[in-house]
Amino acid sequence: MALTNELIQEKLTEKFGVQLTEWEVPYGLLTFRAPADMNLKVLQHLYDDMGFQFMTDLTGVHYPDRKGEELSVVYHLHNLSENIRLRMKIYVPVEKPDVYTASKLFSTANWMERETYDFFGFNFIGHPNLIRILNVDEMDYFPMRKEYQMEDPTRIDKDDEMFGR
Amino acid sequence: MSDQLTHTSQHHIKLSEESLQKQTTTLNLGPTHPATHGVFQNIMEIDGERVLETVPTIGYIHRAFEKIAERRPYYQVTTLTDRLNYCSAPINNMGWHMTMEKLLGIKTPKRVDYMRVAMMELSRIADHLVCNSVVAVDTGALTGFTYVFQYREKIYEIFEEVCGSRLTTNMGRVGGFERNFSDVLFTKLDSFIATFPKMMKEFEGLMNRNRIFMDRCIGAGPISAERAINYGFTGPNLRAAGVDYDVRVAQPYSSYEDFEFTIPVGTKGDVYDRYMVRNDEIWQSFSIVKQALEKIRKIDTEFPDQKNVFYAPEADKFHLPAKADVYTKMEALIYHFKMVMGEIDAPAGEVYHSVEGGNGEVGYYLISDGGRTPYRLHFRRPCFIYYQAYPEMVEGGLLSDAVITLSSLNVIAGELDA
Repeated sequence: MALTNELIQEKLTEKFGVQLTEWEVPYGLLTFRAPADMNLKVLQHLYDDMGFQFMTDLTGVHYPDRKGEELSVVYHLHNLSENIRLRMKIYVPVEKPDVYTASKLFSTANWMERETYDFFGFNFIGHPNLIRILNVDEMDYFPMRKEYQMEDPTRIDKDDEMFGR
Repeated sequence: MSDQLTHTSQHHIKLSEESLQKQTTTLNLGPTHPATHGVFQNIMEIDGERVLETVPTIGYIHRAFEKIAERRPYYQVTTLTDRLNYCSAPINNMGWHMTMEKLLGIKTPKRVDYMRVAMMELSRIADHLVCNSVVAVDTGALTGFTYVFQYREKIYEIFEEVCGSRLTTNMGRVGGFERNFSDVLFTKLDSFIATFPKMMKEFEGLMNRNRIFMDRCIGAGPISAERAINYGFTGPNLRAAGVDYDVRVAQPYSSYEDFEFTIPVGTKGDVYDRYMVRNDEIWQSFSIVKQALEKIRKIDTEFPDQKNVFYAPEADKFHLPAKADVYTKMEALIYHFKMVMGEIDAPAGEVYHSVEGGNGEVGYYLISDGGRTPYRLHFRRPCFIYYQAYPEMVEGGLLSDAVITLSSLNVIAGELDA
């Protein structure tokens, strides 16, 4: 039986119950939220039992306005034989951005997690080599967080109301 | 004084105890080196000619595109995507436009789809020509390189005719193209189609069954299908390992379902397989270009009213009005100004779209909060993802194999570092 979004949702709900929340299907891609400490359990289940063995993408997003869950890790997984994708999100507080590493399961997560750490400062617990990858080693902040503006904040000739977001 | 100088100079070079006993050599390959084809570095531990360990260092041309994109109006992001894989920039441009179209819910006319397919497949040919001829150069055969570069030049002339630039193209707009294909372009495409096969066969005759080339490439830098999937390989490198995953077939976009083509696959995932997969893909792409051109001509003759369709009418909020209108009509002038200032809001939403780039699945993960710029934009860059497998692929092999493995993976520094 071919996997469909509804079937995946049904199977995952059967296994994890109400712990998976915020089910959505934006633009046809099944999206849900998992508790931060359960990311590996869900990934392992998806890998072993549901054929999602290809990690397409792993990245971070910063939402400064969501108190207590400012940082989000977004996983895009792909079941190659059934040709269906899904998206899983977890949220962690910016003060303690601890996430279990997926690099034991997917070798590809190794650099992707390093990149996400480099830009957002996630602490991937268990990662074999969590060091900066694209930025210089001496950098002491995480540049993709929203508090770091693109333009020099001391400039007054560029008004954000007119130029920029 | 002189006595003191001689005294210190004797003790100037301090060698640690271990270095005297060390039997292996540390070799720094890169950041700029003729064998690396881009700005990246590998610190290798070699024993004679065997590679024991390699540590890649990347990020030398990191330009923070994802951060820049968060402050740019949507139409200005296109120029960032060119500079990812600059060997096949139009594919990246089109991928970005299609992501925007997905977000806006725009359906493009068939003619636009076919025009896009023609351009994307031409850039795939250009990309693979460079990669394959560079593999040949790294094995010591410089001749083939000079043959194919004439035709890469012809492809760039075609791009120039479409959009005015060659390498970083900024081709197309959300919803289609900025202007229609000109007659000169069709002439250039015809002349390309007429002459390309002869050159390509000549290049194949030089390399494909060349004993020296085969001996150098077969068995060098292999990767199994299982490891390749685990490492997130996509594109020709995954297909060389024997997995027939191609975004054009798996999730067709831009009317790829209307075209006849096959997906070449390899078996061992070594340098020769990657070379041959790319070689076959060049022929497939060439056939798609021909088909696309036929389809465009068919539309033009059967439905003459569609001859001037080069963008989706629903995309008019993102498509600059014709210059003549801007100078004569008030509405057009207002829209022109609004668009150039980037004051066009996109709807809120979250979208992932991917296209089959020169090196694999180029993905765009876009989160819009309803503003004039992306809230977050992430590029899935195939090079970045598969380059981490490089140490595993070369360790235990010869240093010269490591060099051709690097060039056959087609690692593009711009895509690696974003």
